[in-house]
Amino acid sequence: MKLEVPSDLGLVGDAVELVATHLPPGTLSPRRISFNLRTALAEALGNAIRYGTGEDPGRTVRVRVEVGRDVVRIYVIDDGQGFDPSRLPDPTHPDNLERDYGRGLFVIRHLVDDVAFNEKGNGICLTLRAG
Amino acid sequence: MRFTLKKDKSGVVIVGVEGQLIVGNRQELKQKVLDALEEGSRKFVIDFSKTGYIDSSGLGVLVSLSKKIREQGGELRLAGLNADLQTLFELTKLDTLFAITRTAEEALAAF
Repeated sequence: MKLEVPSDLGLVGDAVELVATHLPPGTLSPRRISFNLRTALAEALGNAIRYGTGEDPGRTVRVRVEVGRDVVRIYVIDDGQGFDPSRLPDPTHPDNLERDYGRGLFVIRHLVDDVAFNEKGNGICLTLRAG
Repeated sequence: MRFTLKKDKSGVVIVGVEGQLIVGNRQELKQKVLDALEEGSRKFVIDFSKTGYIDSSGLGVLVSLSKKIREQGGELRLAGLNADLQTLFELTKLDTLFAITRTAEEALAAF
């Protein structure tokens, strides 16, 4: 499955539903699709649109979904400059708790089984294993 | 996805989040609550009993609203989180920042 999502935060919900409702049944449990996949994909798409494409309506974010026998991989790639995921502060630190930003990647890492970035840092791969 | 807003007889504003609270609709929730705050409401319950998922932008808007409501001498409670959403608040340690009850009725009773 491949999507080109226009750089519009208002479309994130629809794009997530499109992916979640078109997954072949059986690989992931309904609960993991309902919560883990939806939340992680919304995060990744939101980040790509906000930071990657700068919400520029002329740009798009590419989503590619690969479904294996016991694994689902979702790639979200924007055409931005990329970033260094190792340089993000801990959002659970008491000094950061009352910030209203900075939790996205933290949440993703806790909801999926594996997170990988491409070298440039403008593409993320979310892996969810069967269950 | 939609937000419902009502006031109970003691003036507590109850906001229902149906569907999801994510980057694409968080500003709508924020505006509804800020409008009610502007009109003088000071006690708020956000009811997540019909909410499927919340992303970090949704969490962020809740943090922001909590601060604004407190600054105005008010109070915000969250209610109705399912097990997955409760886990989300716990892993982000936001369960330490918010008063969370099992149901909206319990939240109302706690004011």
